[in-house]
Amino acid sequence: MIGSNERPLTKNIDPSRGALDMDGYERAGGYLGAKKISSGMDSSSMLGMVKDSGLKGRGGAGFPTGLKWSFVPQGPDSEVQKYLVVNADEMEPGTFKDRMLMEGDPHLLIEGMIIAAFAIQASKAFIFLRGEYFESERCLVKAISEARDKGYLGDNIFGSDFSFDIVMHTSAGRYICGEETALLNALEGKRANPRAKPPFPQVSGLWGKPTIVNNVETICNLPGIMANGIEWYQSIGSGGDFGTKIFGLSGRVKNPGCWELPLGVTIREVIEEYGGGMQEGYSLKAFLPGGGSTDFLTPEHLDTELTYDAIGKLGSRLATGTMILLDDKTCPVGMIGNLMKFFSHESCGFCTPCRDGLPWVDSIFEDFERGGGTHKDLAILHDHVEYMGPGKTFCALAPGATAPLGSGLKLFKDEFEAHIKNRACPYKH
Amino acid sequence: MNREVIVSSGKIARELSEAEVKEIEHELTLYPDKKAVGLEALKIVQRHNGWVSDESMLAISKYLDIALSELEGVATFFNLIYRRPVGKNVILFCDSVSCWIMGCEKIRKEINDHLGIDYGETTEDGEYTLIPVPCLGDCDKAPVMLVGEKMHRNLTADSIKSLSSSGKAQNKSGE
Repeated sequence: MIGSNERPLTKNIDPSRGALDMDGYERAGGYLGAKKISSGMDSSSMLGMVKDSGLKGRGGAGFPTGLKWSFVPQGPDSEVQKYLVVNADEMEPGTFKDRMLMEGDPHLLIEGMIIAAFAIQASKAFIFLRGEYFESERCLVKAISEARDKGYLGDNIFGSDFSFDIVMHTSAGRYICGEETALLNALEGKRANPRAKPPFPQVSGLWGKPTIVNNVETICNLPGIMANGIEWYQSIGSGGDFGTKIFGLSGRVKNPGCWELPLGVTIREVIEEYGGGMQEGYSLKAFLPGGGSTDFLTPEHLDTELTYDAIGKLGSRLATGTMILLDDKTCPVGMIGNLMKFFSHESCGFCTPCRDGLPWVDSIFEDFERGGGTHKDLAILHDHVEYMGPGKTFCALAPGATAPLGSGLKLFKDEFEAHIKNRACPYKH
Repeated sequence: MNREVIVSSGKIARELSEAEVKEIEHELTLYPDKKAVGLEALKIVQRHNGWVSDESMLAISKYLDIALSELEGVATFFNLIYRRPVGKNVILFCDSVSCWIMGCEKIRKEINDHLGIDYGETTEDGEYTLIPVPCLGDCDKAPVMLVGEKMHRNLTADSIKSLSSSGKAQNKSGE
């Protein structure tokens, strides 16, 4: 595969030492991308470059980044204050990629933020970090302070007429804050209920000003694109997607972890070559390809390429790219029940299908676990896949929950039946 | 509306400490309005006091001119704001899917046995409070938990045993 050795997101990450400081990062070629803002490149060409690169958002939805940016009104009549917000509220079950990037190479994120902010002409940015990520906070605060000392943040950065600074915001723990409009409410000091769209944040976001919310990994793609160009970026990846992606594995695999690989690598390569296959005595039964809100896939899909389209065609989503592996010794009903408990707990409580549906579903799974599940319960679970599905709720949280629920009900029909028939979980004893 | 007294209980706002005020004032320079600093103030007060009492709620409400009901709405929305006293060390125990697959229920049982606490409970010596937390984002090292600000990874029965003894040691050194 062409360009398969390029690792623009993780080239500076070495777990045997701490993250590179400003000097180390610059010696490794850092800030060359961001410095383009002082060498005559204007904001619209920078935005155009990101658009043409084909970069898609890495937070889960996979929306083209440059296109999202292009919705921010520009020109003399537009709002002067625009905001950039980095969504670092990593809380999708089974997802641990942004933590690695922030703790492994914080300057890469800051450089990417300078590029994004310049492209959309935002003078201020917030990093919305989850409150439990204390180590990430320490790394980022140190790097931000180094960047300020060096004049890379603040007034007239790199000697240009562009001024930009970053505020570190640590949240207090709610999954719903990953939804971008809920995140904006949280930043404004409100309960993190999602907002109605339209208006979209690009037009009316934080305190009513044009706002772009991007995921950490998305932003980390920008320095490489700026420094090395579109041709280089598009030489990485295959299957219609460009660049690299952090792919991860958790569950009973020999070598769990996450790795930066070109988009288009097959699922089998990740699990067998990087993960070393399943642990002795365990075999792969099914897996969630991109976190807790994706549909189950099975071993027959192992040769599928990890691209947004290819995984989408299977009826699931690439989403965060961090795969959760279900082995043959773990109860699938218990696994789905665990996910439903998570979603139920994290529902913001704003709309009825989610607020009332998820706890109901959760309690049915508890019944199954205790051996009290019935066929009537099973029918209620099926109904909820529809009641909480896309278009029936105010945001994507409950539809996300129906992904493992709906696909799991189909795929593990026998296991659900066995719980009913045996009046117990067949995986215990 | 009287923002200084919770009428039903007769509780009144306490004085915020100098350090608390200084930190809240710093946050006020970063955001365009006072309301946005509400959550920050809750976190600051909690950092200094371990939890957020009614008297602290009243103090923040008064200081930032945020309606008490609105501030309570925010305080009770977020998982990491404690409106009840907690132990010196809060154990945020990951019970999400990857940790569950890797056997976190056994570790939870281990904590039950060795510290004598389950979710929402605090040890008698006030050292530890156990709270479940959604996915801590360290899934390749599951099962994991966060004790105070420190991640504990690849948990085994032994990690829990060492936790309980180091807790006692901390007590002795007066930390």
